[in-house]
Order: sequence, then structure tokens, then C-alpha cells
Amino acid sequence: MAEGSADMEMKTGAEPGSDATMPNGSTLHSGVDEGLRSELQKQGIYTTSLQELYNWGRANSVWPLTFGLACCAIEMIAASMARFDLARFGAEVFRPSPRQADLMIVAGTVTKKMAPLVVRLYNQMPEPKYVIAMGACAISGGPFKQGYNVLKGIDRYLPVDVSIPGCPPRPEALIHAIMTLQEKILNQKLTGPERPRHLVEGAPSEFPVPACGEHDLEPPSNPELWQPPIMTRK
Amino acid sequence: METPEQIKSRLETAVPDAKIEILPNDCPVGERSLLVDPVRILAVAKFLRDDPQLRLDYCSNVTGVDWPAAEVTEKIKVKQVVNGVENEIEEVKKTVRPGFLEVVYHLYSMELKHGPVVLRQRTTNRDAEAPAISLTPVWRGCEFQEREVFDLFGIRLEGHPDLRRILMWDGFKGFPMRRDYVAPDDFEYEPTPHDEVLEQAQKHYPPEVKA
Repeated sequence: MAEGSADMEMKTGAEPGSDATMPNGSTLHSGVDEGLRSELQKQGIYTTSLQELYNWGRANSVWPLTFGLACCAIEMIAASMARFDLARFGAEVFRPSPRQADLMIVAGTVTKKMAPLVVRLYNQMPEPKYVIAMGACAISGGPFKQGYNVLKGIDRYLPVDVSIPGCPPRPEALIHAIMTLQEKILNQKLTGPERPRHLVEGAPSEFPVPACGEHDLEPPSNPELWQPPIMTRK
Repeated sequence: METPEQIKSRLETAVPDAKIEILPNDCPVGERSLLVDPVRILAVAKFLRDDPQLRLDYCSNVTGVDWPAAEVTEKIKVKQVVNGVENEIEEVKKTVRPGFLEVVYHLYSMELKHGPVVLRQRTTNRDAEAPAISLTPVWRGCEFQEREVFDLFGIRLEGHPDLRRILMWDGFKGFPMRRDYVAPDDFEYEPTPHDEVLEQAQKHYPPEVKA
């Protein structure tokens, strides 16, 4: 590999665009011809690109933050236990410190009192970092949406990568969300305009922490991340 | 276990100056409660806890009730003299009952395995920090639940060791469980609004859609 480019590939005579396909259906952009690749593998030579290797490593060691807010957390705990065994996906290493975590699973109702702390924990996580909003409350406020003390979805303060509906979602749903996130990570291109946020210079890795006002959070949402939906009713 | 009447009569001998009233209950269970004047409620509570026949050593639940001012209609028979003949006429008298706040305690006995006895106390008004008497000195387990009553109903419980908000944050204004609390108007799109949410939703529709 030369010139320090992240997606430098081994030069082959194969046509470009023939991407390798992972067993779970995702595509790796190695640019190496699949036939040549398997032929080389038979001879004990493995070809890859830095991007592929980097994403493969990241996708299979997503360490979540130990962090539960309500009943969804019980399902999250169940997912990490023997029956559902999140360890199969490399995501069982729940870290007690945000400094060592890659993934924040917002599992449960985010009250307005708790929201500033959730945002602060996210800010303390190092890049690259991802957010899964687990359950109806974390997505939209759920049954408490029109109440006085529940945040109407964590997406108004944090960039959510995967949302899981359900009340609470089954552990299988959380596993599906982690697989979806793995696929997202595997398909990230490290160069070009679609590269992930942590490789974009000047892109924010921290988001403003809201303050507790007299009746509501101030500001009630981060306008850069979230805009209220426009109602069109006929 | 003793009936509320028996408890009341024994209480009146033990704590002579306590004003105790038995509140009726119309629901099928018909569980009546003892309404005690806040002035002597601490002595009443200590009696209920220490009395060998009652031994109500466990306070399982503390909650608040908000009673806003309401109009009470009463039918009163009034004697009237019309043309020298005395007649009894029914008159409908409307009075405004001032609002008040109530603290409710559910008491059980772990030792004698009976309960509940429902104990209530009332404030005199619905002011921002209407005073009542804390029973945390009698039942230590009341502490957090009385803080919740203070937080959500705004009843200042005198004698509480650490009276702060517990569910809402410290800078919060107002008491959300009171009937007249108005939450901030932050309605958002709801796919299937109904009842109060529908009313709220209609307020937020653009004017041309409303018609």
C-alpha cells in the first residue's frame, strides 16, 4: 500500500466494481475481483484493502456503553446474556466508561431531567461513535409523548444511527439493530464526500448540552440535528 | 382488625384534642379513611404505630390529592310564613367549597399482619407551599414519597428532614400533578390523536386545514 490513502487497493487486472459480498449480504468495497480473490485464498494469499480491514475490525468490536434508562434496559441485559448472546457480534463488552465505548444504546424513557446527562455522556465518548435509539420512548417519547416530563425522542439532541421500534423491543430486535449498524459500518467509505463524520475535518463530535429551564429544556431541540415535522392534513 | 369507628373512639381517648373524622367511600370496596387534623396528626400517627392492638408499623404508600375549589349544591328546608300560614319550602343553596390539598397514607402492620388503615390530612388552602405535617419522624419510609408529594403537589410537609424536589429538577416551576397545572405548549404531530390530544392537535393545525 502506498501514499497513505485509506482505500488503496492491490492492483489487479480485474474489472472494477466487483465487490466482495459478506455472508450476511453486505458488500465490501475492496475492488478485488471475487474469483481472483478466492483463487488467491486457496494459495494462502489474502487480499484486502485498508478500508475493508478497518471497517471489519470496527464492525466486529462495537463496544456499547453500560447505560440503561428504563424497561428497555432489561431487554438489553437479556440480549447480552447466554440465551441471546450478543457476544456473537462482538458487542458484549459493555464499558462502564464513555471513554472506552463506541456505541450508546439509549434504552428507555429519556426524561427531561436525564436528557442533559445523556448528551454529556455522548460528548464524552471518543469518535467514531454511534447511537441506537431503543424502544418507543427513546424514538419519540412513546406513550408519554404528550406529557410534561419526557423528552419526545433523543433524536432532537443526538444523531441517531439506528432506531428500534417496540415497547420494549425483543432482544432479537436489538441484535438486528446491531447487525444493521455493523452493515452500516462495513459500507462506510473512508474517503470521498460520504465518509463518516469522524473523518470530516470540522464536523462536530460534541453536541450542545441542553439546560433545565422553568418548565422545559432550553433549547427544546438542537435545530442543526432535528426540525419539527411539517403537518399536511387533508 | 378494628373498624374505623373503634379506632376513632380509642384515638379520641388517647389523643383527646385531636379532631378525627371518618370519610365515607362510595366505591364497592368501601374502604373508609380517617381524616385527622394536621395539628395533632403526629400524636395520632405515633399512637397508631405503637398501640399493641394496631401496631401499624409499615407505611406502604403516601400520595397527594388535589381538590380545587368547587360549587356545592345543597337542598335546605326553610320555614316560610306566607299569608299567616307556615310552610316548609325546599331551597337549593349553592356554596363554594374552598380548595385544599390532601395527603393520604396507607398503613399496614407487618407484626400483626393486618391493614390497611387509611390516614388523611388536609391543608387549609391551595397556596404554592401549603403546610401540612410530615410523618417521616414516625415512619422513616415516608421520606421519598413525601418528597414526591412536595414535588408534584406543592405541599410543604413540616418536620421533613430533607424536603427537596425528587422527580423534577431543582429549577422547575409549578406542581405538575395539580389540576390547574398547564404544561408548556409543545404539541407535536400525532398520527392518531384523540380526546385531549385531539383538541390540542386541532389548535396546532394551520388555519386552512382547520375548516
